[in-house]
Parts: sequence; structure tokens; C-alpha cells
Amino acid sequence: MGAPNLPMEKIVEKKPYFKYLRLNKMPTIWCPGCGIGQAFRATCMALDELGISNDQVAMVSGIGCSSRTPGYFDGFTLHTTHGRAPAFATGLKLARPELTTILFTGDGDALAIGGNHFIHAARRNIDLTVILINNWIYGMTGGQVSPTTPEGAYATTTPYGNYEPQFDIAKLAIAAGATYVARGTAYHAMELKKLIKDGIKHKGFSLIEVLSPCTIVYGRKNRMSFEEMYFWFKENTLPVKAWEKLPEEKRAGKIPRGLLYHDDSRPEYTEVYWSKVKALSGGEK
Amino acid sequence: MAKLELKYGNHACAEAAVLAGCRFYAGYPITPSSEIAEKMAELLPKKGGVFIQMEDEIAAMGATVGGSFAGLKAMTATSGPGFSLKQENLGYAFMVEAPCVVVNVQRGGPSTGLPTQVGQQEIMQSLWGTHGDKMIPVFYPGNVQEIMEETIRAFNWAERLRTPVVLLLDEVLGHMRETVDMEQFEEGKVEIWDRKMPKVPPEEYLPYKPEEDGVPAIAPYGTPGYRGHATGLHHDYTGFPTTDPEMCQELIERLINKVKSRQKELERNEAYKLDDAEVAIVAFGTTARAAKTAVDLAREKGIKAGLLRVITIWPSPEETLYELAKSVKAILVPELNMGQYVLEVERCAKGEAPVYRLNRANGKIIYPHEILAKIEEIVKGGK
Ligand SMILES: Cc1ncc(C[n+]2csc(CCOP(=O)(O)OP(=O)(O)O)c2C)c(N)n1
Ligand code: SF4
Ligand SMILES: [Mg+2]
Repeated sequence: MGAPNLPMEKIVEKKPYFKYLRLNKMPTIWCPGCGIGQAFRATCMALDELGISNDQVAMVSGIGCSSRTPGYFDGFTLHTTHGRAPAFATGLKLARPELTTILFTGDGDALAIGGNHFIHAARRNIDLTVILINNWIYGMTGGQVSPTTPEGAYATTTPYGNYEPQFDIAKLAIAAGATYVARGTAYHAMELKKLIKDGIKHKGFSLIEVLSPCTIVYGRKNRMSFEEMYFWFKENTLPVKAWEKLPEEKRAGKIPRGLLYHDDSRPEYTEVYWSKVKALSGGEK
Repeated sequence: MAKLELKYGNHACAEAAVLAGCRFYAGYPITPSSEIAEKMAELLPKKGGVFIQMEDEIAAMGATVGGSFAGLKAMTATSGPGFSLKQENLGYAFMVEAPCVVVNVQRGGPSTGLPTQVGQQEIMQSLWGTHGDKMIPVFYPGNVQEIMEETIRAFNWAERLRTPVVLLLDEVLGHMRETVDMEQFEEGKVEIWDRKMPKVPPEEYLPYKPEEDGVPAIAPYGTPGYRGHATGLHHDYTGFPTTDPEMCQELIERLINKVKSRQKELERNEAYKLDDAEVAIVAFGTTARAAKTAVDLAREKGIKAGLLRVITIWPSPEETLYELAKSVKAILVPELNMGQYVLEVERCAKGEAPVYRLNRANGKIIYPHEILAKIEEIVKGGK
């Protein structure tokens, strides 16, 4: 898929979120059917609806398929080292609090190698919007087990099935201090856009977990076609309100979607820092 | 008029950083460097700058690059184990050309080593610690006054060349109190260099297209219109990843040459009684202090000794060392490690003079009388 033949103005007229794309860098590296593109599109649509211009956005990532997103985003973009995006973003956001700062990360990037930075950014409640592509696998490196690979699932490093327990990402983020926590899927595209939009609007650390099919690597290893994977999200997730109504014994294997946690009472880190500085320095910068 | 003040080494480093325009510091506590962070925590908020204690040194290095990309002059400081943790992101800073200063107050290693005692064991790591090829300036002052000068010089070169600069101190220097003449550091007297800004309009802006000096003019993130991409992957002029072999080779050669080609300008040494010297000591940091005394002691005994105190460790003063080797009968390299810079001195001497070593890595300094004894041994024709 090359860049579309229509002039840019025409495309932007029809799909205003296209203004955030670096079309000359496409096609993307992502495999056919991969869910990362859905999350990326939802992010661009959310930014457009919020009226945030390209010049107001920084996008930071670590390493992985999901972390390749900033390359295609026409803003101030940093593709950093594996797991460390929250650290780089913390520095950037503290120095430039006016930039809407979005992170794209993966289950391995954020929860394995970068777990420490992830929880500390949440603890500080710094105004970052973290979009965590949870595809249950290390996609980029060819399908090794990750901290969210389901029990029994196959990965290249679990040839006899995975026997490690998984992180519950939302609970981890809430316990660490995140003040906006949501879960969406690549199947429920418009709902995802809304969750990301609210996450960006929220002043504080926002986490949006995106259940996303790694069609080529996870799918192949676990004998699921990409249609089956998208269908799985449809069948096995449900809105959090509906999930809450389920009796305990029926909840097993069902994953709630939507806004899971929201707390507007805690102060945001850069606001706290800069008001301290203002008091100490009399506004000098 | 001299304006004398008694200053603590690590505090001098922090104060000089602020003078140089540093407005961003991210760190993680570790002996014997923590006083730099403590001083920055006190100074920067009052200056309208950013101080943050991160969750580890990896994060501190990452945040420092983030602050630098936002356009602030940025610094982080650490010691041994923390310096090891910083390496991957230090390599990243080199690759994406993020100006920053990384201070390593050396203690005894390897591993946790000797936390409260002196070492000079990161001479090689300061340049080669990260994977991949690299060339960055590494400065190593020898007294507290010079800690201030070299900190400022480190910031200036970091900004001019868009590169990380490593400032090596050691436990003795960091924890030493000495008189500093503050006159040269008064308002308006310090020469400050800033990074260059793009001169082209946003439509023509290519963040990683180098100018004649090999340095690209990358706009601070947040500058309207001047959006861009940075990655640790090999990249083209737009900053976007590429595997084009010609582009990749050009990139790595440019990154190295933009520093190497300025070697003469970067070079800084102190020559002490070298004019008629027959035995030359090559030393740096705390060991050079003992070496200076050893030169005087040797001269009292009629031995023509001299000292070349190297301040710019990397890129090394190749020609100066070669000329030195040609002018003396022997060179002695005392250092608080098991023999690191001596390899570089040997390389540069090209066999023009025998190069002897004096090594120690047990947390203790090398004393002047020990260097003297070694000089006497060399002169007597022993080893
Ligand atoms: C320090 C370091 N260790 C290991 C790697 C290799 N590596 C690259 S991506 C990756 C895993 C990425 O998995 P995830 O974060 O889930 O991203 P995905 O590709 O699935 O989107 C690993 C282990 C690396 N680049 N750097
Ligand atoms: S390997 Fe998996 S996660 Fe990576 S692009 Fe392909 S489908 Fe997507
Ligand atoms: Mg993954």
C-alpha cells in the first residue's frame, strides 16, 4: 500500500486525522491485520477531535513493533531505548509541560524491561498518556513469551506452553498511582478512540491498555487466524458495566473493557514542580 | 582582584554547571557523586530549572536526553555502577546527537568495588562503555578550580558539537576542599556557547542534515513548525530509520569525525618541567597531583623529570604524546587502575621511548615517593 493518489488537502478534508501522518514514511513496517494500526488511528482521531495541532504533540516510544508508531506520526517524536520511554518522556514533559505527550509501548517494553520506569511514572502522576499495545507476545523479536502471554499459550521460548502467571496491567497501574486507567481493544475501534481521547484530556498519568492481535507471530504460533483473533476480542471482552453485573462465577475468562479507574483529585507532577519553582524563583526561567 | 572561596569539589561541579547554563539535572544517588545531585537540587529550582531524582541511572540518563531534546542544557552525574547502567542511553545520546554532560566521579571498581575510595578505572569505559563505535570528548580536571573550568568547557563542547561529553572526576577530587579564584567566573566573564538553531524555514528543515562542521541544527522539541524524528536506529537526514549502507556508513563516520576532527581544539594539557625532561610522567586527575610532587622530588635528586598532565583524555593528544616520546628517554604512566591509559600512550609513542607503568586498584592513591622510586628505578636502567 503506497501513499494514496489524492492530493493531501482532499484527503485531510475527508479524513482530518490524516494530517498527523507522515505519509511519505509509509507503508508501515506492521504486518497485515496487526492491531497497532487501529490504536494509532484511534490516537490520531482523538487528537483531531480535541483540536490539538501537530506542533503541540510529542510522541515517545521504546523498542518493539508498537514502539515504531512515532516514526509515522508528524509531531515531535522520539524512538528511544527498550523499556525506557517513560524516563525520556518524563524529562521532556518536565521541560516542556505544554506539549501533549503520548507514549506508545508494548507489553514487553512497558512491563518487562521497562517495568520500573512504568510504575514510577505512574507514581509521580506525570501527565503522560501511555498507549500500551498488549499483544501477549514479543512481536518484534519473533514471538518470545512476555509478561502478559496467557497461561498455556505458545511462544518461541515456551515450546511446551507458557507456565508463568501474567501481570494484570490495569491493577498494576492503579496500584502504582495512575489516575486514569482504561482498557480497549483493536476490534472496538470507536470505543478505543473515546478512551484515548479521555486519557489525553485527563491531567495526570493515563494508561490505555489496548488488546491487540499480533496476527503473524502470536497468531501463527497459537493457530489463530487474524479473523479469529479479532473475533476473540469480540467474544471475550465486555463493557465494564456489564462485566460488573455478572455473577462472580461467570466472570472467569471475561475481560472488562472501558474506563476502569479515574481519579481527578491527585495533583499532576509537572504542575506541582513548576508551581514550586515559581514560588522559589519568582518566575525566572 | 582575586576573589578566593573555599569550595568542595562536587559542589564546584554543580555550581559551574549552573554558570554554564545547565537548567536540567536528572540523577540517582551514589557515592561519591551524590553531593552533585544534592547541590543541583538546591540550585536549579531557584534558577527556574528542572531537578529530578529518577528511579535509577538508566532513567536518569534517559530523562537527561529528554530534557536536552526540549532545548535545555542538561546534566547527570554518577559513579562506577551507575555509570555502567547509563551506557545504553549514553550511546543513544551519541546516536541522536543530544547535547549533555555526564559526570562520573570514579570510585574503586569493578562491581560495587570500593564505594568510598578513589579509582581511575573508567578511563576506557568513558569512551568504550557503550556498544558500537563512538567518539566523544572526555575531560578530566586535576583540582577544584579546574573542576569549574572543565565543567563549563564540557557544556560548551556538548552544545557546539551536539554530543554527550563525559566529565571524569575521582573520589579524591570530588570530596576535596580547595581554594578557587571566583573572579574568572563572575557574571559576564564566562564564555558560553549555545547550540545552533536551524536557519531554514520549516518546509526545508531536515533535522539530521549536517552543516559544514558535521553538526546538524536540530530544533528543540516544541519549536513550532520544526517537528522531527529521532531514533537510535541508523537514520537518514529526516531522522527516519534506514538500512541504506551508504547512508549508514556516512552517519557513523560523521558522528565520529565531528569530534575527532576537532581534536586540536579540544586538546588541553598541562606541561610541567618538560622542557629538558629525560623522564616524562603522563598522568591525570588525582594521580597527577602526586606526580607533580614526584617531579620536584626527582629534580632535587638531579633527575630531569617532567609531567604531562592530560586533561582532555579523549580524543587523546596523539601528536603531543608522540612528540613527547621523541623528546625523552622514558615515559611513566601511573594510574589508579591495572593499566588503561598506558595502552593509549604506548600506541601514540610508536616505540620512540619505552613506556613504563605504575598501577594500583585497591582504593589507595599513589604517593609521590612511590612515583619517585619508580623514576629512580627507570633511570638506573631497571624496570
Ligand atoms: C536492551 C534490549 N534488550 C532486548 C532488545 C530486543 N527487543 C526488541 S523489541 C523486544 C520486545 C518487544 O516486545 P513488546 O514490547 O511486547 O513489543 P511488540 O513488538 O510486541 O509490539 C525485544 C526483547 C532490545 N532492543 N534492547
Ligand atoms: S509481528 Fe505481530 S505485533 Fe509486530 S507488526 Fe507483525 S503482527 Fe504486529
Ligand atoms: Mg508485545
